Amino acid sequence: MYRGQSGMWLWVFHRLTGVGILAFLFLHVADTYLVGLGPEYYNELVFLYKLWVFRLAEWLLVGAVLYHAINGIRVVLMDFWESGVERHTQLVFGTLGLFLLLWLPAGIFMLKDVKWFA
Amino acid sequence: MQVTLKILRFDPEKDKKAHFKSYEIEADPLDRILDALNTVKWYKDGTLTFRRSCAHGVCGSDAMRINGRNRLACKELVGDIGKKITIEPMLGFRILKDLVVDMEPFFEKYRSIKPYLINYEDPPATERFQSAEDREIFDETTKCILCGACSGSCPPFWSNSEFIGPAAIVNAHRFIFDSRDQGSDERIAVLSQSEGVFRCRTVYNCTDACPREIPVTKAIEQIKRVMLYNR
Repeated sequence: MYRGQSGMWLWVFHRLTGVGILAFLFLHVADTYLVGLGPEYYNELVFLYKLWVFRLAEWLLVGAVLYHAINGIRVVLMDFWESGVERHTQLVFGTLGLFLLLWLPAGIFMLKDVKWFA
Repeated sequence: MQVTLKILRFDPEKDKKAHFKSYEIEADPLDRILDALNTVKWYKDGTLTFRRSCAHGVCGSDAMRINGRNRLACKELVGDIGKKITIEPMLGFRILKDLVVDMEPFFEKYRSIKPYLINYEDPPATERFQSAEDREIFDETTKCILCGACSGSCPPFWSNSEFIGPAAIVNAHRFIFDSRDQGSDERIAVLSQSEGVFRCRTVYNCTDACPREIPVTKAIEQIKRVMLYNR
């Protein structure tokens, strides 16, 4: 185990969110494919998305997409912008700040009518 | 002060995998980690193996992982690290014995970027003139001592044995930005390959690990921009 600093953890979460989004993509392809077999199959599976566990997972998915996108822009800035490396700390805080600013309110909208543990 | 050194040991003739062994020693807070390792080797366990040479942060022999971060053992003070010190060999290198790793692939990558002045013109009668401003551009990357701390702290370097690594890129930077050098295209050709500079994920571990305080990530990004904007 290496005790890396902020840049390493941002990179680790970038990878994890990337893999998570890819995993959801496979699930999404699979559930959409069920429409081809008939509406009853599709409706049966889509019912799952109304369960609180899936609603929570959807919020996490939104978080993964937001984080991956915002951190991706930070990485692009680092490559293309001359002052990017010197502004590393500001960019780290900017990335996390913008992420939380978008993700937490999204949670309020997405989870407000969830019937928890139902 | 009483210090516990937990050292990752590996003897290729006896061990199938590396294991930790702890040593209790008496050390002064102003002792360096290298002094603590010497105390173990000289008075506790002569089989402990590690590299050291100048012991003054110049030769770059004793880079190792100290409490999880790559550092030179001769530059870190025991008092700054604490009473419990974990010492492991650097990641991304094959362990030869204990803290000694195989640096040859690292030097092979270093040689691949042609770390010497390339100039196809006839040598002038006097020196090749360079202004102080032009010299300043690559001043930081002249300080590399090839200890490997940067490459050994780099996640893409751990997972991809073909990745050229930050140390080789830093040394390419030293010549690419040298106004007297004419070999930039040859070095860029090496660095633009799939295992070249764009494998860098701007993790910043290298910048933190460099015992010479070279802004490694900044140097790597400068090379990326040369490649992006001067195509």
